[in-house]
Amino acid sequence: MKWLRGGGIAGFIIRRLLLGLVVLLLVSIIVFVSTQALGDPARAILGRDATPDRLAALQKQLNLDSSKVGQYFHWLGGLLSGDLGTSLASSQPVSEVLGDRIANSAVLVVLAAVVSVPLSIAIGSYAALRREKIFDTVSSNLMLVLAALPEFVVAVLLVILLSTNVFHWLPSISPVPPGTHAWDYPDELVMPVATLVIAVAPYVSRIMRASMIEVLESDYVEMARLKGLPERTVLIRHALPNAIGPVFQVIAINLAYLAGGVVVIESVFNYPGIGLALVDAVNAHDIPVVQALAMLIAAVYVVLNLLADVATILVTPRLRTRL
Amino acid sequence: MSATESAPALAEGVETPTPPVRSSALLARSLRLWRTRIGAILTLILVLVALVGPLVAPHGSAEFIAKPFTSAAASNTVFGTDYLGYDVLSRFLYGGRSILVIAVISTAIGVVLGVVIGLVAAYARNALDDILMRAMDVIMAFPQIMLALVAVSLVGAKNWVIVVAIALTTAPRVARVARGAAQPVVERDFIGATEAMGMSRVRILFGELLPNILGPMMVEATLRLTYSIAVISALAFLGLAANPDAPNWGTMIQKNQGALAYQPAGALLPILAIALLTMGTGLIGDGIARTAAGIDRERGDE
Repeated sequence: MKWLRGGGIAGFIIRRLLLGLVVLLLVSIIVFVSTQALGDPARAILGRDATPDRLAALQKQLNLDSSKVGQYFHWLGGLLSGDLGTSLASSQPVSEVLGDRIANSAVLVVLAAVVSVPLSIAIGSYAALRREKIFDTVSSNLMLVLAALPEFVVAVLLVILLSTNVFHWLPSISPVPPGTHAWDYPDELVMPVATLVIAVAPYVSRIMRASMIEVLESDYVEMARLKGLPERTVLIRHALPNAIGPVFQVIAINLAYLAGGVVVIESVFNYPGIGLALVDAVNAHDIPVVQALAMLIAAVYVVLNLLADVATILVTPRLRTRL
Repeated sequence: MSATESAPALAEGVETPTPPVRSSALLARSLRLWRTRIGAILTLILVLVALVGPLVAPHGSAEFIAKPFTSAAASNTVFGTDYLGYDVLSRFLYGGRSILVIAVISTAIGVVLGVVIGLVAAYARNALDDILMRAMDVIMAFPQIMLALVAVSLVGAKNWVIVVAIALTTAPRVARVARGAAQPVVERDFIGATEAMGMSRVRILFGELLPNILGPMMVEATLRLTYSIAVISALAFLGLAANPDAPNWGTMIQKNQGALAYQPAGALLPILAIALLTMGTGLIGDGIARTAAGIDRERGDE
């Protein structure tokens, strides 16, 4: 938008923040409107043979007697003040129901990010250095094939390989019992995390390879080499920082994708995170939980994209001139 | 690189004549690459299995053979029986058709919708462009599988709901690529010429702009088809197929998974089928992308 320029980096960050908030506001409207189709929550709680009196009382208690617009602002206000409402299935506050689930999923996503990002940057950079050599050919083709596989296919293939058929090293499901922490069961985390790593690594390593090849062919890298700098310094001080810029965008998109990808992977491993919670809530018509999870996943996407944009600007000085 | 060295040799301000590559020519050239050939062969085999399979299946899709998870020898079948006591091989041969048909239809709708939105946005160059693309951003804030999951659970697991959900989530991703590819084309002189000739907007968009972005759009379409197959089979895997007991590769994996240790074929066959199919479309997409990039590079060298 042309009328939104200037202000340097700070102005850019503020503009992106405002844009992110607008997106989230629109997302909240979509979430609210679409979950209305799930039906009357009061009726869902009380069942078919509810008396009209009890139905009306509960509707009043859940604030369902006001207009739809009123309900939306009531819900949005609660959301902003940290009150996510009450789960219809368990009658507990949504934040309490989801607290452990969010922690469990966060463990998966963070572990997957910590493993996959350095791994795929290393693979991509090394493939770029050994361009058209055996490592590059093998890793590039492997990544191409892995990128195409649906994540539940990867998950079940890992189960076949490591748990049920070929080797019998790891448990095939990861049901972290309530009240305990995911990190207490490291052997149960291996396969879900490995699946997420395999889902993300191909994209990041491919863009890293492409970006690194471009940088290695640039004049300033040749200059650095001609100056007689050790190859190590050329690569780590000159090539890597320049090549990593475009990679942030891909990392952010993929981490946001992880937040959604856990839906399927948690179902494969029966892992009690937000993905399994979403599937359960959708089946139980538990509207407040579905709303909270949809907002959470969308917010993760918006925040990660924002961070990626800012990080890209920070590591790519020449982009700042266009602000 | 020679491309950058030869660039200044071109007279400034003179546009190099780059007629769009015909899509058939692009396809034919991409088939010179081994990866495209392997991808095409894999895809062809799996499409044949999915489409012809029901005609050659030894048993019916709902024909009871023996008690669930009976071994091949005991049930006198090739791969034994599944969780319902049906023939695994027959269920496998029946189970690809619905996934493939839904994936192709929903991807086609999504790609057409996305291309139209992307072209309109790129050509508009005004507030409409911003509004369209921000709207696409909002849809993209939801992961494809999550939106499909919520849609299916709201309206029910009907085939048209799955088609609509996949098409609607595919369109914004295609629109973004289409807009990105069309933007530089919009700036070129011949578009201004067509405007001066008084050509209709529809003809400019689809007669002039579209042929110039066919390469990236073909790559995007195969990529989207790969993801659609993944999401549709994942929905079935989560128990959200239109008919939970109909033969379906995703459902087969979910229901036969428990017997992996002693009757692996029931889950292994559909797993391999989905894996090879998505690999196939993925390889084709990469082959076309490389060929298109190669043509661009040659033109740069000329």
